[in-house]
This record gives sequence, structure tokens and C-alpha cells, in this order.
Amino acid sequence: MSRRTTDVIVIGAGSVGCPLAYFLSAAGARVMVLDQHASPGRGQNRAAIGGVRATHSDPAKIRLCLDSLEVFSTWREEHGDDIGWKMGGYCFPAFRDREQDILMGLLPVQKAQGLDIDWVDAPTIEHLIPGITTDGLRGGTYSPGDGQVSPLRAVNAFARAARHRGAEFHYRTRVTGVETRSGRVTAIKTDRGTFSAPVVVNAAGAEARQVGRLFGLDIPVTPDSHEAGITAPVAPFLDPLVVDIRPGPEGKTSNFYFGQNSEGQIIFCYTPSTLFAGDNSESLSEFMPVLARRMLSLVPRLRSLMVRRVWRGLYPMTPDGSIILDRVREIEGHYLAVGMCGQGFMLGPGVGRCMTSLILDGRPTLAPGVFVTLSFGRDFGAKKEALK
Amino acid sequence: MSSSRIEAHPILSFLRRRIVRFSFNGEPIEAFEGEMISSALFASGHHVFGHHHADGRPQGIFCANGQCSQCTVIADGIAVKSCMTAVKEGMRVQSCDRVPELVPLDRPPGFVDTEIVETDVLVVGGGPSGINAAIELARLGIEGILVDDKPELGGKLTLQTHGFFGSIAACHAGTRGMDIGRLLAAEIEATGRFRIWSSAPVVGIFHDRTVGIVRDGHMYVLVRPRALLVATGAREKALALPGGDLPGVYGAGAFQTLVNRDQVRSASRLFIIGGGNVGLIAGYHALQAGIDVVGLVEALPSVGGYKVHLDKLRRLGVPVWTSHTVVRIEGEDHARRVVVGALDRGFNLVPGTMRSMDVDTVLVAVGLTPVNEIALKARLYGMSVWTAGDADTIAEASAAIFSGKMAGRAMALHLGASTDVPASWRRTAEVLRSRPGRATEARLVEHDLAVQPLVRCFQPIPCNPCTEVCPVGRITIPSGDIMDLPVFLGEECLGCGRCVAICPGLAISLLVRDADPLHRTAQLVLPWEMGDSVIRPGQRVVTVDLEGGKVGRGLVLAVRNHPDHDRRRMVLIEVPWSERLDVAGFRIREPRQGTRPRGTARDPETIVCRCERVAREQVVQEIRNGARDMNQLKATLRTGMGACGGRTCGELIMRIFKEEGIDVADVEPGTIRPFFEEVPLGVFAGDRGEEG
Repeated sequence: MSRRTTDVIVIGAGSVGCPLAYFLSAAGARVMVLDQHASPGRGQNRAAIGGVRATHSDPAKIRLCLDSLEVFSTWREEHGDDIGWKMGGYCFPAFRDREQDILMGLLPVQKAQGLDIDWVDAPTIEHLIPGITTDGLRGGTYSPGDGQVSPLRAVNAFARAARHRGAEFHYRTRVTGVETRSGRVTAIKTDRGTFSAPVVVNAAGAEARQVGRLFGLDIPVTPDSHEAGITAPVAPFLDPLVVDIRPGPEGKTSNFYFGQNSEGQIIFCYTPSTLFAGDNSESLSEFMPVLARRMLSLVPRLRSLMVRRVWRGLYPMTPDGSIILDRVREIEGHYLAVGMCGQGFMLGPGVGRCMTSLILDGRPTLAPGVFVTLSFGRDFGAKKEALK
Repeated sequence: MSSSRIEAHPILSFLRRRIVRFSFNGEPIEAFEGEMISSALFASGHHVFGHHHADGRPQGIFCANGQCSQCTVIADGIAVKSCMTAVKEGMRVQSCDRVPELVPLDRPPGFVDTEIVETDVLVVGGGPSGINAAIELARLGIEGILVDDKPELGGKLTLQTHGFFGSIAACHAGTRGMDIGRLLAAEIEATGRFRIWSSAPVVGIFHDRTVGIVRDGHMYVLVRPRALLVATGAREKALALPGGDLPGVYGAGAFQTLVNRDQVRSASRLFIIGGGNVGLIAGYHALQAGIDVVGLVEALPSVGGYKVHLDKLRRLGVPVWTSHTVVRIEGEDHARRVVVGALDRGFNLVPGTMRSMDVDTVLVAVGLTPVNEIALKARLYGMSVWTAGDADTIAEASAAIFSGKMAGRAMALHLGASTDVPASWRRTAEVLRSRPGRATEARLVEHDLAVQPLVRCFQPIPCNPCTEVCPVGRITIPSGDIMDLPVFLGEECLGCGRCVAICPGLAISLLVRDADPLHRTAQLVLPWEMGDSVIRPGQRVVTVDLEGGKVGRGLVLAVRNHPDHDRRRMVLIEVPWSERLDVAGFRIREPRQGTRPRGTARDPETIVCRCERVAREQVVQEIRNGARDMNQLKATLRTGMGACGGRTCGELIMRIFKEEGIDVADVEPGTIRPFFEEVPLGVFAGDRGEEG
């Protein structure tokens, strides 16, 4: 079989691998991206709904997503291709003390990180979410700088831009093994030949753990699955992506969210209260009736939206709900950008920049005290993030 | 009511229906109660239903089958498929010219729970195969549910005005499809063992082995069957050609729906692409509805349909060009002209052969594809699933009847009934699925009889009703094999005309030799299904041979009914003695060859994905950039992202891959996900207002 040589191998042409390949090649590195699928984003990127927000509670995620927002929002003017960017903000309405307390409690942390987010009153929420049920509405948080992007278009745009800068994408190429010498990674074996490089990044998303095993690592990433769907387009009426963090009265949903994308389509998803573990990504009959009732209970006029498609995708979860970005100490030249916990798409460009800086310059874009919270060697049993 | 209604038809009967009034863009329109909006619009002369929001191009009817979304209109504020939505008194319909607005809140929500139904059998599709399967199951005492997306059972049988081939015993040969549909529907209803849900499309199938069905447009029901039969029929293949997206270009099945079901004269001057049975029969149906058929092209050197169907068209004066194609369709807001050209053996256009013809409608009849996505998913999810009819193998409806019966028995066996699938059924099913054989040389034997049948059946097809009706048994298939050709044995003919009346191919006529003792003339009895207004006694007609070649002149003496056949007429015609064996029919129109195309207009755009308005050129560009995944085209161009879910463009794109020299085995197919059609969010929620 053939043997090819490059500077950096990225395993996975998805939400993380594609922007990473773009930033690496833009910085002058020679890059080869290996992916088992036939085109970019065919792992879990295809299942992302495209919400992009910096309004998290974890400082690392806030920093990374601010970077992502900058990349997404300026992509069209810098590269010419439309990735469906829409700056409509995120809105979390509150109807009860519990949610109001959670949301208000996060504001000081978020503001301290420099985020443009604030509490707004009920009339403002009514204006932001036309047709929302006003009964019991307290108000909510609103962060106008957040937005939405088409994951499918964006991942292809990153891949295209990376290719223009010399990156090679090898699709339908399954990683089967690793070659190391003196504790240093030297090559990746695949079913389509061997690829040599001194640097290898695991950006394999939901399959990060399987790829990790080839390196002798046990990466604590286990997927669970979430469903989402999309409607036919309607004229623009809804700016923000709406997140209702109340658990559903049906006992099956711990929150749900929806937004109108740049095509006018409403895209929606809920977090099941009992998570579906495993890698099955076929749709279940339960999803639509449960989701539809939640949406209509919040905004009754959505009843005439025509539901076009549903799908199911995987959240590559870590035990503590934080992502893993690191240089693997045991194997020189090996890096991890995994465990995105369902937010790989919004984190992708920020992670791409951070890892590029780490790989090429030896230092991440994040402050050391923040970056260490994402380390592979951390105690995964520690506390979970307040607002995922 | 308007003039685009069919008011006289040789076959269809006309029901008196209540008239309702609605409006289209403010114009008051009358329609029949229960009629689909699309048909009511066509009947009132509206063929453009809206304009695509992306590029403002006009849109109209395309599938008339709920599969695409080209016919979307705004009805009382809500975007609906006009081919699947009935008009209502006072309904305000508007053309859909931009992305529709979200409807304001009209009432508070009220929810009912989604019903989950467990059943032994779910039959999806109430056409010939589905109903026959259900009948077999019901006979064995098995109960179930039969669902169909249309308001009436019968499937595509309801559109078939022509008599069936096959054998009388096996599949009602000689009876018209629309009548067979009614017979079958009555039969399954009479068993009482099947719940019949009409207007109930299957919209999704899920990993938990559950089938999602929308009943009557507003009730979402989940069904968990122990055995599932997918008898969903076929959808028409599309064709991407310059101007092919114009209103007025649509499928032959859509045409039959408009004309034969809804009794709307949807066109005046029709052109047909494709010489399979579907295209040939559509041409015949058009003529029956008083629509002129300007011509038919087939890209292959010979037509794929039955020769008897081809000859019926040619005799009436419709030119059929083989090794020809439509180069482009011209028109601003609607199809106005076709430009056709000859193809060489490599399917390249022969220079200098282009001709232009004025038309207002172009039918695409380039083949059928099984509607099998439900079955594919069901198998993936480990359900006990069978397929029957066109959803299994594309063939004639007679074959579908048998394939349904066999599937019914197989399912009964699976469910523990003591039964079997008779070996003779398998043989019959095979025979009924046979492709037509090679036509033999036309040869007629004249007998020394006062009257005799002239059996012009020269191509082996699975058909034999003529041998079953001759009262003196003189028409027979010597080998006994239904695929062989029937012959008249001579010696005796009563002149009863039953063979003329039953032959589905209109291939039998009677020769009356003793009408003129001096043998200056002979009389012929010809079968006739074009209506009484087209032909009258005393009329002189241009006579033609079997394949439509001009013979001479004839005089119509009489137009009679046959007691065995209420809607086929017997035309008695006088012809010169020397032409008695040549004349097989007469023209109702003069075939013309078209004129040289005007100007050197640039070809209009070739749209591949109609939902998202993606041009062929864009797809070619992505393929040349390295795309080998249908999902990637979807991501970058949005092909298949629209309402139809890629069911129209999928095969067209695969063809472009081939044309670009790519092995289609290297192309990753698109992913199929629910839903098969769009469903309002309120239906999923069980939001029924106060009822909830």
C-alpha cells in the first residue's frame, strides 16, 4: 500500500476536524484529514442544529465560542461563501422561580467574562418570541450577539477553504492502527494505506474512544443520542434561538430549544430526561408527539408549521460534561480535541484555532488556568457545568 | 362551470356533484365539492399556481400525487399541496409566490394523546396488490388495517379507462381498470375484517418498529403491526431537460389523475416523452378526453410498451418518433413549444433534425420507480415486512393483483394460518410480469366465410380473453400458453363481435365479405372508444393499416353498441374490396412533422432539484470538484433538502454522476429519514383545540 507523508494528520473531517484543518493549513502546515465517511460532516455534524452561543457558564467554553462566533460571523466577507450565519441571539424565557434563579444566577459569571447578555422583562420576551404564552412569563435572558449557522454548509466551507490552502482530505479511509517510535507517533495505518506525520490529532467525535484505543488510551467519551427536526420555511418571524430549560410535564424532556435558520426553517430539539445511550441514530416514534406538544404549549401559533424531517445524532459525552483539549503526555505528537458533549459545531472554530496554536506554537489560545480545566488527565468526577 | 371540464367522454361517467365556490387571488371560481384545489384551478384555466421564492420561476402541477410540493398554494392562510387538499365553500386560495407567512394564532391549543394501535397486519396501499393481499388475509380469518393516502381505494386502477390484459379468470382481463378498482374495494370492505383508513398516508417509520400515519389530515396515529405489507406502488421518474421545470410539463400519472379522476381537460395540445405503456396509454386517454396529441418521442429505437397500445395511437393519427428526444421546452411562464431532434445509436443529437411543435403540455413518461422507502426502513428495523405490486417489481396491474394475493398468503403463513402459496400462482405471476415478446410479421388468413374475425395480435403479451369469449371456440391459442398468439381457426364465425368487444388491445375486427355480392366493397366492424361525437354515420374517413399508414378512404355506415360492452362502440365501415385486409382503423387527426425551430434561442436552464431550484450545471460543478456523496450535494447545494426529500432529483443526480463518467457504485446514496411527507406540527401535538 501507498505511504504518504505530511506535517499533521487530523482524524475526523467533522465539526472540529474541518476548521482545525483550515486553521492549520492557513498557518502554513501541511495537513491530511482522514475520515471513514464519503464527505465532510457525515459523523455528527450532519445532526447539529447550528446554534452558536458564547453564553455558557464555563469560562473555557465562553472563550472558545467567542472565537467561533467571530469566525462564523465574518466568514462570508472573508471567504465569499454563505454559511447561513444569522445573528439573532439566544433567549432563555423563565416562567418560574427555579428557572429565573438559575438564569439570573449565571449572569454575574457571564458578564464577568465580557458577554453581552442581560435579563429582559416579559414584554421584551414577547417581542423577541412572537406568540409566546404570556401566562406566568417572568422575563428571561437575552444575548443578542449569539446566532445560528448552517452546520452542513459551514463544515463544507471549512473543508473547501482548507483544501484551497493545500490540505488533503482522504474520505472513506478508516483508521486501523498507529505507528510509534521511541514514544512518539510516526504514522497512522488505514484501510487505504499508511499516512506518516509527526503530529496526529484525534478529532473523531462520537468515535473518539475507539480511535483512542488504537493509541492505547482510554478516552472517557461515550455517546448518547438526541433527536432533532426541521420544518418547511416560513417568512422570518423569530430572531433568537429559544431555550426553555423547564423539564416537561410529560416526564420525558429536561429542556427543549428551537430557532429559525437563515432559510426560514424552524429547527428544533429536546434533551431527553432519560438519555438514550449508544450509537443508534435512527428516529423514534416518541420524539415528534412529545416535542410538538412542548413547542405548542410555549408558542401555540407554531401549530401550522409543516414538519419536514427529523433525525437523530450523538452527543459525545465526557463524565463531567466538559470537553477534552490536550496534548497527550504519554505519546509525543498526539493531541486530543474530543468529548464536545453535543456542542462540537459551535466550539469547532474556537477549538480549531486553539489547537492550531497549541500544535504549531506550543501554547493554546486559552489562559493556562482555563486550558488546564480541559485536560485529559483531569479528575472527571468533579462538578458538572450549571448551564450546558 | 368552465369549459375546461370534460363534458363528454366515451368511457367515464359523470356524477352529479354539489358546486362550491372559492376564490383564487380574489377571482371567484366554482368547483365540485370534494375536488382537489389543483383540479379546480385547472378546470378554471389556471395552470400557474405560484412562483418559487428563490428565483421567482413559475410553478404548477408536477406529480398530482402528493409526492412533490410544486403545486403549493396558500389556502385560508396555510401553505398546502393543492393536489391533496379539497376545495371548501368560501375558501380563499392564493398563489404561493414567496415563503409563506406563519399563520397568526386563531385559537388556544388543546391536546389529545397520540393513539397507539397494535394490529396483526398493516397493509400500506389500497391499490390492486394491497387490496388483494388484504382479501387473502381476511379469507383466512386474519384481521388488520389497510391504509391508503387517497380518499378512494383502488390506487392507480381508478385512473385506468382501458380494458385489462391477462386472463379473465386470473385478473378480470377485458374489464376496465377503474371498474376493477371498485370491485376490489367493495370486496375487501365486505369481509369486515379490515379496518380501512383512506386519506391516511404513512408519513414515517421508526426504529421502535412503529409506523406513523396521518388520518384525514389531522389525526396522527402510531401503528405497531406484527406483519407489514408495503404495497405503495410506484412513482414516476423525472427527466431533467432545458425548460423541463415549466408549468405544463408534468408526469403522465398526474395527467391521468387530472383527466380520468377529476375529469378536467388539462391540456389542448399534448406532447408525450416516453414510449412505454404509461406514455402510450396516456396519449390514448388524452384523445378520449378530446385533447389533441401532437406526437410522442421515444429515445430508444423501439417503444417499450405493448405494440397494441402503440398501434392504437398511430392509427388515430398520432406520430410516434423512435430514436428521438425532446431537446428543449420553450415558453415564458408555461410550456408553449417543444423542440425535438433525432438521436443516433450513441444517443447523440443528429444535426439538422430539429423540429419545433406548438404544444401547451408535455407529459413525462420515462418510467416508474418502486416506492420502497417504507420497506427499506422496515427491514432495517427488523420488522416482518413484505412488498407487493409495483413497490416490489414494476409491472402491469394484472401482475400486481397476483403479487398481492401471494404476499397475503405468505403473511398469513407467517402469522400461523394454515395455508400455502400455490405453485400455479407463482407461475401466473411470472407470466403476468413478462415483458412483451418480439413482434412477428403481420399475417392475416382470409377464409371463405361470409364474416370472419381479423386477429391482428402479433406481439406475445400475457393476454387471452378473446379465446375465452368466442361462442364457437374458433379463436384459440394452439399451445395453450397465454404468452402465445391467438389464431382464428376458420370454418365458422357467428359474427357476434364478442372478440372485437373484449380485446384490450383493439386488435380484432370483423371482415364482412358478403355485403357486396359483386365484391366491389367489403365491410369492416372496427372497435371504437373515441366517443360518438367524433364519428357519425355517413362520414368519410381516412383509413389506415395496422400501424397507422394511410390506406385510402372509407365510409362510416353505422356506429353500434355491443351488448357485452357498454362503452365500446362497433363502427361499421365500407372500404374498397382490395383494401379489406389492409384497413385496421381510421384517423381522427392528421399527423404533422413540425417546423424548423425559430431563431437560435439559448437553451433554457435545466433544473434538477425543483424544490430548491438547483440547476444541472451546479451539480456538475460539485461532481467535478470531487463530490461523491449525495449527502454532500445536499449540504452544499440543498438538493433533496426540499419537501420531496430528494425523491424527484435523486435519480436525476445519479444519472449526472454517470454522465460525468463516475461509477455509481462509488457514489454514497442519500440518507432516508422521516417524514415521507410534511405534517403540521399541530397534528403531531394532537392539537385539536376544544376537542383536546
